[in-house]
Amino acid sequence: MIKLLPQLINLFATLILLLSFAMISQRRIVSLINLFMMQGVALVAASFLLGYITNQPDLYVSGALTLLLKVIFIPWMLHRLIRQLKVRWDVESLLNIPTTMMVGIGLVIFSFSLALPVSRLSHSIAGGSLGIALACVLLSFMMMITRSKAVPQVIGFLSMENGLIFAATTVTNGMPMIVEFGIALDVLVGVLILGVFMFQIREKFDSLDIHNLEALKED
Amino acid sequence: MNWLGAFSQLLALLTALVLAPLLTGWVNQWRARLQNKSAPGLLQPYRMLHKLFHKDSVMAEHASPLYRTAPYLIFGCMLLASAIVPTLSTDLPLSPAADGIALVGLFALARVFISLAAMDVGTAFGTLGARREMLVGFLAEPALLMVLFCASMITRSTSLTEIVETLARRELAIYPSLLLAGVAFTMVSLAENARVPVDNPDTHLELTMIHESLILEYSARHLALLEWAASLKLFVYSCVGLAIFFPWGVAEAHAPLALLLALPVLVFKLAVGGFLMAVIETVSAKMRIFRVPEFLGTAFLMAVIGLLVNVLLGVG
Repeated sequence: MIKLLPQLINLFATLILLLSFAMISQRRIVSLINLFMMQGVALVAASFLLGYITNQPDLYVSGALTLLLKVIFIPWMLHRLIRQLKVRWDVESLLNIPTTMMVGIGLVIFSFSLALPVSRLSHSIAGGSLGIALACVLLSFMMMITRSKAVPQVIGFLSMENGLIFAATTVTNGMPMIVEFGIALDVLVGVLILGVFMFQIREKFDSLDIHNLEALKED
Repeated sequence: MNWLGAFSQLLALLTALVLAPLLTGWVNQWRARLQNKSAPGLLQPYRMLHKLFHKDSVMAEHASPLYRTAPYLIFGCMLLASAIVPTLSTDLPLSPAADGIALVGLFALARVFISLAAMDVGTAFGTLGARREMLVGFLAEPALLMVLFCASMITRSTSLTEIVETLARRELAIYPSLLLAGVAFTMVSLAENARVPVDNPDTHLELTMIHESLILEYSARHLALLEWAASLKLFVYSCVGLAIFFPWGVAEAHAPLALLLALPVLVFKLAVGGFLMAVIETVSAKMRIFRVPEFLGTAFLMAVIGLLVNVLLGVG
């Protein structure tokens, strides 16, 4: 049984990667938020498991923080936000999803080949997951680049943060608590401010398309 | 080749032939129940086959010999495919002849013939269906190959029987790559067996159908063979999935008594799998035909990531 636990962490890592890909290919904003929530659940499960295996109570706290913030509070707030903005069932016309996925595969190959030599040196129990965490970060980056609406971009930002936390958790068995709290607070404040910001964008331009922000002055 | 091997091979073939319509009936029954319709009986596919075999066949005037022979060829392909997939026992004398790659080839051969036969009579529906079938097929095949390669990378063999033996014997381990391969395989098998997100097995004479438009011109025994072949395909796909992802309970060469136990285990696994398929079909909506390449492209990418994850993480 004890031998299966590290493999279970790898399984959750794969699940996080799978959900990242699902987020890239998802058009509906509501489903996007639900996928983000599921990714948070996988992250929480991974950190609880790692805390149990390595006997580090810190990771329980970190996991609980993620649970509160990323699984409960932020999805709830995003759901409320899209209801108020009336973009709940918005379907975003993306540039060609298959192409995006192909680029995504390229990113995965890149990050795996980058992480493979590094993780061989790592003594951590789940050091192999570094490649997956790196791939998640890059995929979220790409999601932020390819999306044109504000809400999916915010979700991309949050998912990137998921990847970073996962990298820190698996490779170094958790960051110092103070850093963890700092990041959590940052994300929370960031989302709150971005929420207000979205209302402002919509009021100004009648749409959440951030291409409107590209011109510096009105002609 | 010994007598026991020949016996288990014959038993596997018979099981496939008998159980395949039952599996189709089971899936249809659950689908109807989940959609609050009154469900057809479990034996409905058998009655259908019985009825069709006793009818007189009607042919189009300009039908060529290809059109006549295609049902037999397709049925033969599916029968051979069911002979090389380990369902009850891994002691199959035919399995060294064809591995996982050849299995995909057999499906492709059947697809080529059914498409040619559909175009042969020259009706608009047939040609349309043939094009769509090819569109689905050329994307589903590489995805299925990649799924099989995921299992091959773990077991270092492309032979399905060896994959099952190696996976079942090894101590329990969680393979993250098989998670991705499993998602990909589910998507491919939905597309290949004309199931809901890609095709609707219930529709007749609608512009959205794929599989039904291919066999629209066939009647009587030819239609029966094609329906039976479609059931066999679903059965073979389910068994490939079970072989890769749930390989336990299959008898091995040196344990002939396990054959007795293997049949209930197989039926149980198929029943659960069929129920899950009905659930998936009920909760998902049919997608536009031009979304299908995206759907299958995603399946292919999932399987490729599965291969990559296997390289990165591996197990033991």
